[in-house]
Amino acid sequence: MIRRILPPVITGVLLLLAWLALHAALPASQQFLLPTPVRILSAAAARAPELASAAAWTATAALGGFALATTVAISFSLLLASSRLVRAALYPYVMLLQMVPIIIIAPILILWVGAGLPSVIIVTFLISFFPMVVNNTQGLLSADPNLVDLFRMGKATPWQQLWLLRVPSALPYFFTGLRIAAVLAPIGALTGDYLVGTTSGGNAGLGITAMIASTRSEIPALYATAFIACALGWVFVATVSAASWAALHRWHDSYNQN
Amino acid sequence: MPSPVAQLKSVTKRFGAAPPVLDDLSLTANPGDFISIIGPSGCGKSTLLRLLSGLTPASSGDINVLGHPPGETDRLAYVFQEPTLLPWLDVNGNVEALLRLRNLPGTEITTRREQALQLVRLTDRAHHYPRQLSGGQKMRVSLARALTLQPDLLLLDEPFGALDEMTRDHLNEELLTIRDQQNWTAFFVTHSVAEAVFLSTRILILAPHPGRIVAEIAVDFSHPRTDELRRTDAYLRLVAEVSRQLRAVEPANATP
Repeated sequence: MIRRILPPVITGVLLLLAWLALHAALPASQQFLLPTPVRILSAAAARAPELASAAAWTATAALGGFALATTVAISFSLLLASSRLVRAALYPYVMLLQMVPIIIIAPILILWVGAGLPSVIIVTFLISFFPMVVNNTQGLLSADPNLVDLFRMGKATPWQQLWLLRVPSALPYFFTGLRIAAVLAPIGALTGDYLVGTTSGGNAGLGITAMIASTRSEIPALYATAFIACALGWVFVATVSAASWAALHRWHDSYNQN
Repeated sequence: MPSPVAQLKSVTKRFGAAPPVLDDLSLTANPGDFISIIGPSGCGKSTLLRLLSGLTPASSGDINVLGHPPGETDRLAYVFQEPTLLPWLDVNGNVEALLRLRNLPGTEITTRREQALQLVRLTDRAHHYPRQLSGGQKMRVSLARALTLQPDLLLLDEPFGALDEMTRDHLNEELLTIRDQQNWTAFFVTHSVAEAVFLSTRILILAPHPGRIVAEIAVDFSHPRTDELRRTDAYLRLVAEVSRQLRAVEPANATP
C-alpha cells in the first residue's frame, strides 16, 4: 500500500516545491503571473459559492453530454456492426460529425437551441461521441473467429451471438472509448460553456467563470478555476477506470493477475 | 450391421476456382470407430471435419451424419485446435456455455457440467478463469464442454497439437479412459503419428493436391490401452510403418 501511495505523494511535493521556487525566482513585478498556492486557495475561498455553483453547472453539462454520447454511441455501434452495408452507408457521416469544427457549430447552435445548458450538452456530446462509436464498433466486430465458429456450431441465435459473444468481446474496447470520452467530456463542457454558455440567471459554468476572471485579471481566481476543472476531469476518469476494473479485472489481460 | 455414424460418398470440396481441397472422397465411420486423419499440410484434414460438422458445405457428393445432413444433428460435438474458451467466463461458465445456447433447464445444465468436469478432473478449477489455466487444463475444459453435449460423434481438430509431449501423452490416456466409459465415435486430426497409433482404431493417411485418402491402416490393439502400450514392439513397429507411409505422400522436395 505504502509503495503505491508514496511515489505520487513525493512527486506532488516536488512539484509544489518547484512551483514555490519558480515563484520566488520571478522578479517581484512578475510574481502575479504565478500566484502561490496559498493565494489561489484564499481566492477560491473568497468565491466559494460562485465557484461551487459553476463547478456543479459544468459537471452537469459534462455528465449530460457524456451520458448522451455513451447512449448514442452504443446504439449507433450496434447498428454499424450489424452489417457491412449499414457501415458503408453510415460511417463517412459519423466521421463527418467529428470533423465539424465546434467553433462554427457554436453560432448555429445558439440560433437553433439558444445559449444555455442544452447547447453546452450538445457540444460535449459532439466532442466525446466519436472515440466511443469507433471503439465500440471495432470491438463488436473483433470477436475471435474461432469463438464465432463455436457459436455457429452451437446453433446460437443471432441474438445469443450478440449478447453472449459480441458484446462481451467488445467490453475492453468499450472501456477504452469510455476512458477517452471521460477525458474529453469535461473539456467539451468547458469549451461549450465558453462558446454557447450563458451568464443569465447566475447560470455560469467554469468556462464563463474563467473568462470573467481573465478579463478582470484576477489571476489567482483563474488558477483556482483551472484546478477545479482538472479535479472534475479526474473524477470522471477515476470513475470510468473503477468501472472498467470492476468489469474486466477478473479475465482481461490488461489487468495483472493477483 | 449397425447403421454408420457418418458416411461420405464421392465428396468434393473446392473453394472458388482453385483445385479441390478434397477430391472424390468416400468414407464410412461405424459406431465405436476412432479414426485418426493424418497427412501433410494442405491435404484437407481440417476441411473434412468442417464438412462433417456442417460448418462448411460440400461442393458435390453426399454426406450423412447420424442419419441427417451435416449440421442438422445435435449429437455431434467439435473440439477445436485452440481451446476456444470465452475469456470472460470461468471454467463452469465455459463448460456449460453450449448447453445454455440450447436453453436446457438449469438442473440439467448443472448435472451435465459436473459430470463433464469430473471426467476431465477439473472440478477443483471450477471458478478459475481461462487465463489462470495451463495449456493442458484449457484443452481439458474445451473437451469437457464438448462432452456436455453427450455426443455420438466427436470431431477433434488437432486438439493437443500445441501441448508439450508429456501433457499430450497424459491427455491421450485421459481421452481413451473417457471413451471407454462412453460410446462416441471420433474423428481425430493430428500431425503426430505416435498419437494417432495410440488413440485410433483406424488411421487414414491423406495426400494433398488434391486432398484424397491414400492409405488406411487398422489399429487392432485391445482396449483399455495404457502407457504400457507405448513400449511394446507391436506399437513401435506400427508407428514406424505409419511414418513410412506418411513420408511417401509428403511433397518430394519438402524441407523439414
